[in-house]
Amino acid sequence: MEILKPAIAGTLESSDAQVTIEPGKAGIELTLTSSVMNQYGRQIRATILEALERLDVSNARVTVVDKGALDCTLKARVECAVFRSCGQSAANIPWGGVVR
Amino acid sequence: MRNAVGREIPDALLTNGREVYQGRNHMDGRYLQKAAPKTRRYEKPQESKVVESIAQALRDCGAKSGMTFSFHHHLRDGDYVVNMVMQTAIEELGLKELTIAATSLGAAHDPIADYIEAGKVVGIQTSGIRGRMGEVVSAGKLKTPAVIRSHGGRPRAIEGGEVHIDIAFIAAPTSDCVGNCRGIGGKSNCGSLGYAMTDAKYADHVVVITDCLVDFPNMPASVEAIDVDAVVVVDSIGNPQKIASAAARISQNPRDLMMAENVAKVIASTPYFKDGFSFQTGVGGPSLAANLFLEQYMDERKIRMGWAIGGICGPMVELLKKGKVGKVIDVQDFDLDGVNSIHQTPGHFEMSASQYANPANKGAFVNKLDFVVLAALEIDTGFNVNVLTGSDGILRGAPGGHPDAAAGSKCCIIVTPLIRGRMATVCEHVVTVTTPGDCVDVLVTDYGIAVNPLRPDLIACLDSAGIPHVTIEELKEKAYSLVGRPDDLEWEDQVVAILEARDGTILDVVRKIKPFTLD
Repeated sequence: MEILKPAIAGTLESSDAQVTIEPGKAGIELTLTSSVMNQYGRQIRATILEALERLDVSNARVTVVDKGALDCTLKARVECAVFRSCGQSAANIPWGGVVR
Repeated sequence: MRNAVGREIPDALLTNGREVYQGRNHMDGRYLQKAAPKTRRYEKPQESKVVESIAQALRDCGAKSGMTFSFHHHLRDGDYVVNMVMQTAIEELGLKELTIAATSLGAAHDPIADYIEAGKVVGIQTSGIRGRMGEVVSAGKLKTPAVIRSHGGRPRAIEGGEVHIDIAFIAAPTSDCVGNCRGIGGKSNCGSLGYAMTDAKYADHVVVITDCLVDFPNMPASVEAIDVDAVVVVDSIGNPQKIASAAARISQNPRDLMMAENVAKVIASTPYFKDGFSFQTGVGGPSLAANLFLEQYMDERKIRMGWAIGGICGPMVELLKKGKVGKVIDVQDFDLDGVNSIHQTPGHFEMSASQYANPANKGAFVNKLDFVVLAALEIDTGFNVNVLTGSDGILRGAPGGHPDAAAGSKCCIIVTPLIRGRMATVCEHVVTVTTPGDCVDVLVTDYGIAVNPLRPDLIACLDSAGIPHVTIEELKEKAYSLVGRPDDLEWEDQVVAILEARDGTILDVVRKIKPFTLD
């Protein structure tokens, strides 16, 4: 999927993550901050990259401010940000497809 | 050397007879040589000890670089006194290489972080350390490792001479002109002055700082004029809004209430739950809510609580007023209901930190406790509890009376949700051991109850009451299945804080955390 415009999903509440996605040209440029960085930073990064790969996003600037979100929340926020960034969030969400 | 909770303690710290933690009651029966302060004689009658400023009081007490100043934390997050005194000592008198020995330190003391970074404050001895101070100490900027003690460990260390206080500062809501202090009757009331009592008896010099000078004699005094060198009157010793919250409310959170109900069930299943039983609880959501459910069981069985201790707040005062608890003995007040009740409600008494929790005296209140209900940041499969360091390894908490009440009580119950955000509360190894697992008996979480295998008697109690329970390993696996298995924290060699067990042995150390990089 191609990122057409900047989009944002999620909040800065505890147990949530705020994902901002913007068009980019140099692959995935991920900026990650997390309240549980020391213990889960690597797992969080892997979860985000996996979600982007599943959505076939290969060029984007992604900023994630994580406040201790579980993996399921992280995935949902990334998916939502991506769909919003390419105008797909109102319809055509591939439920049961790449969104599982 | 490895200690009894499996922590590696650097040999370099084991000097002057200092030992590693070897288990509960290891020091029992040993003798302690008490230290005595060197105090000045005031033979010539004095009309008043009031001096014009903190600077003058410091000069009169011979303040110099390298000294240890003590403080107490009854004013909590509203305290002005620590910052006021340290600013005067450092900026007005130009003192350096000072050590702060406080009963606890909090966010109110952020400015002290600057003095640590500037090398003016070189030692910290405290129960709690949070905010910016926690960050700079964790970053290794304090010249000597901070020493973290429980509320009972501190009076032990003072009485045994491990901590020598040159000048103790008493933040007094009321004082008379010669230094009889009380925690009530003024404009910045904090209730009990329990933590200040040992300091006043063992410090070479004692300075009272008050914002409400009252007529002599201010009785009954919590800190007595016979121990006081000087009295300073200031505009304000603290922000009353932050000294105590309006009221510690009982949680409405259904998860907290469910855990609280299970805590009460566990208590009611033991043989200690009988008329005259004794109880301590923290003020965390589920711990405090346990009061509510416990009262139902007390009514059902037609029994009364004999006495309660600890930090005191509204719900406990309520029980006292209703006649459901015989006596409340109070080392610190957590809310205005507690503050307004001490010495007023019949049966609501004040006690010193030593009386409360000191393991080296001849019998503290905690030793007579039947139940204590406490919270935890983390608890591991060895039942070791951490209430000091965050999941990032930074100092941001306080053992307080946790290790003392756990060790003294017949049944110590930890109540905590299984996970907080993405943090597994029940884990394989806590970051720092602050209460050893041999003092913890039951864990109540929102996903189940576990009993320490060291207590087969309690397991039998739960079984016969039909209370389901699982192993703590099962709870840990459940937590990890929800949040994932955490990576180990990465540390540097430098020890930034020494965690003393209540008996003075070394329970754990906190090292400097390595800067985290994703790659």
